[in-house]
Formats: sequence, C-alpha cells, structure tokens
Amino acid sequence: MDINDSVEGAKFRTEVREFVAANLPADIKRKVDGGLRLEKDDYVRWQRVLFDKGWIAPGWPTEFGGTGWEPLQRHIFEEECALGSAPAVISFGVNMVAPVIIEFGNDAQKEKYLPRILSSEDWWCQGYSEPGSGSDLASLQCKAVRDGDDYIVTGQKTWTTLAQYADMIFCLVRTDNSGKKQQGISFLLIDMKSPGITVRPIRTFDGSAEINEVHLEDVRVPVENLVGEEHMGWTYAKFLLGHERVGIAQVARSKKQMQRLKMIANTELVDGEPLLSQPEFAAKIADVEIGLIALEMTELRILSDESAGKAPGPESSILKIRGTEIQQGITELLIEAIGYDAHPWVPAAAIDGRNEPPIGSDYAASIAPHYFNWRKASIYGGSNEIQKNIIAKMVLGL
Amino acid sequence: MDLRLSQEQEMIRDGVTRFVRDDYEFATRRIGAVSDLGFREEVWQQFADLGWLGAALPEEYGGFGGSAIETMILMEAFGRGLVLEPYLWSVVLGGALLQQGATSAHKEQVLPEISSGKARIAFAFAEPGSRFNLAHIGMTAKKDGDGYRLNGNKTVVYYAASAEYLIGSARLGGAKTDREGIALFLLPSDAKGITRRDYATQDDQRASEIIFKDVQVDAAALFKCGDDALPVIENAIDVATAAICADAVGAMGALREMTLEYLKTRKQFGRAIGEFQVLQHRMAEMFILEEEARSMALRAALMLDAPAPARKKAVSAAKSLIARAGRQIGQEAVQMHGGMGMTHELSVGHYFKRLTMIGSMFGDGDFHRKRFAAL
Ligand SMILES: Cc1cc2nc3c(=O)[nH]c(=O)nc-3n(C[C@H](O)[C@H](O)[C@H](O)COP(=O)(O)OP(=O)(O)OC[C@H]3O[C@@H](n4cnc5c(N)ncnc54)[C@H](O)[C@@H]3O)c2cc1C
Repeated sequence: MDINDSVEGAKFRTEVREFVAANLPADIKRKVDGGLRLEKDDYVRWQRVLFDKGWIAPGWPTEFGGTGWEPLQRHIFEEECALGSAPAVISFGVNMVAPVIIEFGNDAQKEKYLPRILSSEDWWCQGYSEPGSGSDLASLQCKAVRDGDDYIVTGQKTWTTLAQYADMIFCLVRTDNSGKKQQGISFLLIDMKSPGITVRPIRTFDGSAEINEVHLEDVRVPVENLVGEEHMGWTYAKFLLGHERVGIAQVARSKKQMQRLKMIANTELVDGEPLLSQPEFAAKIADVEIGLIALEMTELRILSDESAGKAPGPESSILKIRGTEIQQGITELLIEAIGYDAHPWVPAAAIDGRNEPPIGSDYAASIAPHYFNWRKASIYGGSNEIQKNIIAKMVLGL
Repeated sequence: MDLRLSQEQEMIRDGVTRFVRDDYEFATRRIGAVSDLGFREEVWQQFADLGWLGAALPEEYGGFGGSAIETMILMEAFGRGLVLEPYLWSVVLGGALLQQGATSAHKEQVLPEISSGKARIAFAFAEPGSRFNLAHIGMTAKKDGDGYRLNGNKTVVYYAASAEYLIGSARLGGAKTDREGIALFLLPSDAKGITRRDYATQDDQRASEIIFKDVQVDAAALFKCGDDALPVIENAIDVATAAICADAVGAMGALREMTLEYLKTRKQFGRAIGEFQVLQHRMAEMFILEEEARSMALRAALMLDAPAPARKKAVSAAKSLIARAGRQIGQEAVQMHGGMGMTHELSVGHYFKRLTMIGSMFGDGDFHRKRFAAL
C-alpha cells in the first residue's frame, strides 16, 4: 500500500496542472475564483479546450473518443481541474446520457450523438422528475404512445436543470401502465426544438434561474430515438445512477472552496485578529476539513476497488450524502465568516464586468446566495433521505 | 411568577395575529417588498392607528406604556408574516436609545412623532470591520464651535432611507475599540454631508452604506449620556435582540406549520410523506427547537429590566440558541419540501433567508455564546 501518487500518477498530475494553467481562459478562471455567474458560453469554451486536447470524456472507452483512464487517474484529473479553477464539465451529456447510449444505444445513435456530445455541439438536459414524481421517480406519468414511426409524448417534466440552454433532453416516459410501475418506462431522446415543447423557468429563492418546467404536448419523437428496448428505461436509469463514481463526492471542488474559506477567514478580523485565529471558528473549519479528508479517503478506497475490477455498488450513496453535507457545511461557514457583509443583496455583483463597486469586501456578494442555492445539493440527484434508504436497504439489508 | 398574558396583551396578540393572517398574505407583502421604500407607508399608518407604534412607549410621549412583552407579542406576529415595516428599527431600537439616553428635549420632540407614525428612526452603529463589537467605532465627533463635526463610515444601516432621523454612534475620544469616549448623536437623516448607498438585503428588507463627511451638528444633537454612551447602546441593542428573537420565533412557527401541512399533503410512494418515520422525527425535532426558542425569547424579554450582567447573559443565551435553531429549522423546512422548497414562488425559502439574516443580526451564535460564557 502507498498513499502517495505513483510515479506515473505524479507525472500525470503535473501534466494536467500545467495544461489547465496554460489553457483555462483568464476570464473564466476569474469568474470561478470569484464565485461569479457562468454563462453557457463559458462552459462550452472550456469544454472545447478539453475536447481539443482529447480530455473531454474521461469516463468513456477510447473507441468512442474517451481517454480510457483508470478511476484513480480520473480522480487526479478532476482534482487538478478543480484546483486550477476550471468550471465543472456539464454532466448531462458527457457523464449521463452518453454512458447509457454507449451501453444500450444502437450504432446509429452512437454515431449521431456521441461526436456532438464530445464537441459540445449539443447541450443535453435530464428529464426525469415530474411534479408528482420526485423521490418516487418510478411513478412518472409523462406518456409516450406509439403512432406509426413516432411516439407521441405528452406530460410534464420539472426541475429540469439548464433546459433553457438545451438542444436535447433525455426523458423517462411511460409506455405501459399495466404492470409494476418500474416496468412500463422507456428512455427517449427528444429534440428540444420539437413542436409542442415549452420551457418555463422556475426561479429559485436565491435568485437564480437554473431550473425549468418542460411541458410536452403531443410531441412527435421518431421511434429511432428510443434507447435500447421499449419498457426497459428503468433498468437504464438505474445503470446510470450506479455508474457514476468519480466526481459525485465533489472532493476536489470542496478542497478548492475550503482554500477560499480559509483565505476569507484569514482576511476577516475580529477585534483586529484574523477570524481564522479564533479557536471556535478554527475548530469549525477543522470539523469540516476532517470530514472532507474522510470523504476523500473513502472515495479513494472505492475507486481503488473499482480499478481492481470490483463492480461498483450502492456505496456511491455515501459519497453523495457526505459530499453534499460538506459542500453545504463550507457555504455555511463562509456566510458566518463575513458577518453583516452577507446582508446586502447585490445581484449585479454576480455578473463579471458589471463593475458594481462591492459593499464590504469584494468576495462578499456571492456568499449568501451561494449558501441559499446550495441547499439544493441534498435534494437533487436522489435526496439524502433517499440515499440513506438505499444504504439501509441495499447495503445493510434492513 | 406568572407567565400568562394579561387580557390587554391577549387582545394585542389576537389583533396582530389577525392582521398578519388576513391583511399581510405573502402576495400582498410582495407589493411592499418590490417597492422603492421596501414596505408600505399605509401599513405603517395602520400600525399607528392600531396603537402598535406606541404600544411599548411611555404614556407621557404618546405611547401606551406597555412592556417588552407587548413588543414580543407584536414581533412574533410580524415574524410569522415576514413583515417588512421597520418596527424593530424605528420603534424598538430607536425608542430604546431615546428613552435610555436622550435629553428630555429629544424625547419630547421625537418620541411622539414615532408613536404617531409621523417619523421614523434608523440607528447607524456597525462599521466596516467592526463585526459585532459595538465599541468598535472609528467615526469621529470633533468639537467645532458650538457643535460637533462628524466624519466616518457606517455599514448595513437598516431602513436609513425611510427614516427622518438618524442616530449615530461616534467617538469623542479614545482608541478605536475603547469602551469609553463613545457618544450618540441625533440628526436629521438629510443633514448636509451625509451620502447613502441604498440597497435591498437578502430577505427583502432595506439598508444603506452611509458616509458622514464633515457633517455639522449643534451641541443639542449630543445625547445626554455624553461620552459614556456604550452602556446605553448595549442596553438598546439587547432590547432589539430580544425583539428579533421573538421575530425569529414567529418565522419558525410559520415554517413549522407549512412544513407540517406539506408532510400531510405531499404524496410519494403512494402515501403522505409524513408517514415516513424519519420525517416524523425530523418534524418533532423542529417542533422542539421552536419551543425552546419561544422559551428563550420570552425569558430574554422578561430579563430586559434586570441588572446589566444578568440582562446580557439572558439575551445572549436566547440569541445563541435562536441563531442555531433558526438555521436548523430553516434548512429542515427547505429539505422536507424537496424541490418545491427551493422555489422563489413558495414562501419557505423567504423564511429561510429571513432566519439566516436574523442569525447574524446583533451578533451571531458564536458571538453570543462567547459573551454568555464570559459573564
Ligand atoms: C436545483 C435542482 C435541480 C434539479 N435538476 C433536475 C434535473 O435536471 N432533472 C431532473 O429530472 N430532476 C432534477 N431535480 C429534481 C430532483 O431530483 C428532485 O427534486 C428530487 O428527486 C426530490 O423530489 P421532489 O422534489 O419531488 O421531493 P419529494 O420526493 O416530494 O420529497 C420531499 C421530501 O420528502 C423526503 N422523502 C420522500 N420520500 C421519502 C422516503 N421514502 N423516506 C424518507 N424521506 C422521503 C425527501 O427526501 C424530501 O425531503 C432537481 C432538483 C433541484 C432542487
């Protein structure tokens, strides 16, 4: 056993670090460092940099344009990208729909969609949740009825992240109502420009506009857009949920936020002394940091097992629960750190180049909205309650 | 000991509860929230007509001579409705400062205007870098002829733009964090040399950054406590802290009610999510926290007239507990609402934001825990 990077690992780490430093556009780095809002174009520009380098799809097999890296190598890559202030790659295409297409799609689908995902030509969004079906996803009602060479899709999806940017949506739809609720679900790829689709923004209470309702009214979807077999969508969705290990814990991004927290706590003064030197605050930071170390080590054990060929299991729920708790814990300490400076609401300050003079410190404006917004992390992607149910049932057998 | 409300107090409670329920629905509240002023002038006049502005002010100045309990009753109801009108700032905090430290001329002039709704007060105390230390004052007051010249910066001054009067803390002498040498001044909010940058706060309230540049005030602007104003400031901030604790309790009650209702009506897996025991326990914990918070807010209000060390200790105990409970209750309410809890449309998130802002107002949980332990 050895806790350090291998010689190749260390070399690779340096390579990624230098690449990010040399190729991440300065304006994007500034936005990420300052917690400012990223626009669609910012994500796409960075994704294209990674695409040109051949690094956009670490999780894919090489034959489709992936890197073929081992899980531990992917971990190093994610970490160096985050520490170098690169924005996250938007998951919906590369990490969510693509693995399903690769595993269960036909050749025509692979040829059509995978290259456009790699090049960021298509922006994907995820159409799972519905107003009546959140935690109980399998109860979904959006229905697809076969009509000649088409499905006619009618229903509503909701909470759809960044659907306003999307060219394509992958949807779970109901194709059969007769059996168990998990059985009549199919996995459809739908063009967002199809007649009958309306996207309505849902504003969140932190002020952002990142989620949407997607209404589908008699939308014609060619049968060739069905992935795998009809009625088998639930199996594919579960495959996807169990597929993603690397990144779910967001260890690297939390490390980066932890650095920021310490910088800020070192700048804020309590009676002339840095907040960071106050024993109570230092202890609270230490608590979160120790949790982060435990999370990272747990993730590394899981990834190491995976590299050794062990099939991934429901342990990813551990990573989701603790990962989001730690992200939220850091946002909580950030808002505590800045005291009254968290009170002013200065939406324009979240936009790069607005030159709105800051109120208080220049890092203050985004901190409270960030804390508010980040409450979502324990709700989306299977709430933390549902993740605990999974551990209780699937791992512990209760 | 007697912890029951008097008949008059019950009447106030019923009246204000009814007002918040019937006349201050979330949609109506929005009208004030998005306006320039940040609240509705006609609601303020209604407060005056109903006798609430003077409820806890002395009778000799047009008030009704009520106690901190009247304030608590009103503030809890205001918290329940996320009321935006600056009762806390103008009546509770401004009123306490004037009553405890001002000259009789000031009291006779300003207090009747406050209780009748003619004028409002804002208190400029926090400064860039002061955090929660009330003695951390860099603003200076220099003797100049018969009066004083004020220079300095104040930060996050709540409801300054809608106030006719400003009370400012400034230094007549001593170093930046000395407890001595601090004075209070009452001045018109449009005095020459004052510039403001106004903004909304996270929870739809209003505040300002204020720069005082060579602001001339005459000698009568000085409070009668002279250069020994810190005890008056601490006392008034304690009164306001006890009031904001009640405000928080009201917000907690509203969150508990709506979360409970949601658990009973939202169905997943073929049943109300409130049937899942894990959520039942979480809801029970929320309820316990709220009751503890209510006890502490009441205790703080009842201890406001105690000698300073006991008063401070009671207020800090309440604020420390309420900062923590408010955070947990807010987070749990959002979480149990699932995606709905994240929306701007539902009020849950707005209560969450309000409780977050209350958490650090007049000192956060750590600050008050430390003050409690040191007493
Ligand atoms: C910001 C954000 C972005 C999102 N993006 C997307 C997206 O892009 N695509 C998409 O399809 N979906 C998306 N979602 C939806 C998300 O997956 C759902 O919100 C989530 O699954 C919870 O469903 P719900 O909101 O209906 O809450 P509900 O299922 O109604 O849950 C309400 C509460 O009850 C709890 N609960 C429910 N069942 C149980 C149980 N059996 N035991 C214990 N507790 C339980 C939940 O944990 C929660 O606290 C997003 C959500 C958010 C907030």
